Amino acid sequence: MRQEEDFEANLAGEEGKSEETRSSWFKRIKKGILTSTADKKETPEGLWSKCPECGYICTVTELRENLFVCPKCNYHHRIGSAEYFEIIFDDNQYDVMFENIRSRDFLQFTDLKSYGKRLEETWAKTDITDSIRIAAGKVDGEGLVTGCMDFEFIGGSLGSVMGERISRAVDFCLERKMPLLIICKSGGARMMESAFSLMQLAKVSGKLSLLTDAKIPYISLLTDPSFGGISASFGMLGDLNIAEPGALIGFAGPRVIRETIKKDLPEGFQRSEFLLEHGFLDFIVHRRELKEKLAQVLRLFRN
Amino acid sequence: MPQDKNRQFLDFEKPIRDLFEDIEKLKASAEKNKVDLTDSIRKLEQQIVEKRREITSQLTPWQKVQLSRHPDRPYTKKYIEKMFTDFVELFGDRNVRDDKAMVGGFASLDGQTVMVIGQQKGSNTKMRQLRNFGMANPEGYRKALRLMKLAEKFNKPVVTLIDTPGAYPGLEAEERGQGEAIARNIYEMMRLKVPVVCVIIGEGASGGALGIGIGDRVFMLENSWYTVISPENCSSILWRSWEQKEKAAEQLKLTPDNMYSFGLIDKIIPEPSGGAHWNYDEAAGNLKPHLKEAIRELLAMDPQTRIEKRIEKFSVMGFWDEMPEPKQEPVTQENDQSNQY
Repeated sequence: MRQEEDFEANLAGEEGKSEETRSSWFKRIKKGILTSTADKKETPEGLWSKCPECGYICTVTELRENLFVCPKCNYHHRIGSAEYFEIIFDDNQYDVMFENIRSRDFLQFTDLKSYGKRLEETWAKTDITDSIRIAAGKVDGEGLVTGCMDFEFIGGSLGSVMGERISRAVDFCLERKMPLLIICKSGGARMMESAFSLMQLAKVSGKLSLLTDAKIPYISLLTDPSFGGISASFGMLGDLNIAEPGALIGFAGPRVIRETIKKDLPEGFQRSEFLLEHGFLDFIVHRRELKEKLAQVLRLFRN
Repeated sequence: MPQDKNRQFLDFEKPIRDLFEDIEKLKASAEKNKVDLTDSIRKLEQQIVEKRREITSQLTPWQKVQLSRHPDRPYTKKYIEKMFTDFVELFGDRNVRDDKAMVGGFASLDGQTVMVIGQQKGSNTKMRQLRNFGMANPEGYRKALRLMKLAEKFNKPVVTLIDTPGAYPGLEAEERGQGEAIARNIYEMMRLKVPVVCVIIGEGASGGALGIGIGDRVFMLENSWYTVISPENCSSILWRSWEQKEKAAEQLKLTPDNMYSFGLIDKIIPEPSGGAHWNYDEAAGNLKPHLKEAIRELLAMDPQTRIEKRIEKFSVMGFWDEMPEPKQEPVTQENDQSNQY
């Protein structure tokens, strides 16, 4: 198993990376994930992390060196936009856009807490301004606009801000003739925005059709988890729909399905591999190979 | 429309039921004692009409949800029967099977052929099961898309009638790509070259509704609702209990009035007093002229403009604050020649 992976890493041929990737379990990669950690306050050095899948224990530093993939079982830990941008963009250089668009409690929605308060609290504990960040940069020299969801911001939920930021990202892509990647990681719609959140499915899908007319590629990368309104709109509308291994992806959540059919769900149900088998994914990509694979398909689209 | 004695009543419709019972008593008494009570009966019937109006004028959001699910409420095929002629039902998605929760076919709207599509619910236990309670599987959405494409090919407007508690959350639905089916429909409906008019006639829940809900015009009947999740599910997720559905219905602001004031729908179609279930002819009769008007207006536009306006219509939806932000130096260069597609 391990050998196979080394082989694949070698084949990928990312500049200067093959050598290091081969032994990357224990060594630092010079460029890439270790640059500027200023923003990552959640994982101080010296902490230990336990893999939720296999129980393997390693230091957070080691985990980070391995792009937050369990060195033992390949479980892909949930990471945020900062980590993904660092993984895919050359020299960790990118422009973040549309951060000035912020959520508002327009409906004065109150469940156990008011939406306004929920937003204030979330902003207070994180630097992230909403559930998606848009950035433009280069992936092995190929220009790419990327929208990446942050699960820690109200479960990566799809609300007006996500819709508007993606919408503007599409306009930016049209203007610059740059391809679009959306990295999905979301539980679904932001219920506190009620019908407005539902209409974001329509809004984004409509905007994506403009990319189709302009023949600009759009890639959807589904990561763990990608549910509800995400899969019922742009998550499944990529020219390429790709996913990380083992990610839970679906329309209805497993709990709802279990309660509906009153039976246990089969092993592997709604995992990436299941979706691939049923014909809904173009391919599954390991986080380590994400950048090369993206660059490869972007080049194929372009040439 | 059910006969009076077969009518079903919701809790808040109890005063109407009482009046019906009073009428029955009077009728029996008139029969028995051979007296003419026509006047008294007529008075009670008048009271029923007033009571119906009174009840629907002060519904809470949750009561509106209940009314939209009224067991006597007309469903898609009833509206088709009452508004169109020459309905030819078409079945199947040409792939997996025919989904009984989604119906559709060609029909004539006073001489104009249209493709009419909608979720169908059943009116008794057996039919409700057959129709899967109006919850379509992926093949239902793909059937709908097939029919829309057929309409596009022959340049016929599309009318969709939406009435669903949601897309079916089943195991096989996931295997066959429920999310993808809905996503594809949303995307394709955005680009459909023919006019599309959508009407929420009952329940408009989530992606299951939106999967046939992208139109140049979107209408809601007076006692329908439309939002991102059913009040029950919203309650279970946000309040962590099934008991807060009334609160959830209130907070979600899912009524036609709210939806209209948000600019998310174009028109509210009035229902007969007391709700559509009191008079199917009137309910369908109210909707029909609005459909005709919309189709006439839309046919006058050229397809490209229609599509652009449709995309624009949905792309302005949403609310957000926009703060001033200092301009950063861009890392990526403009007009990079290496990125031309």
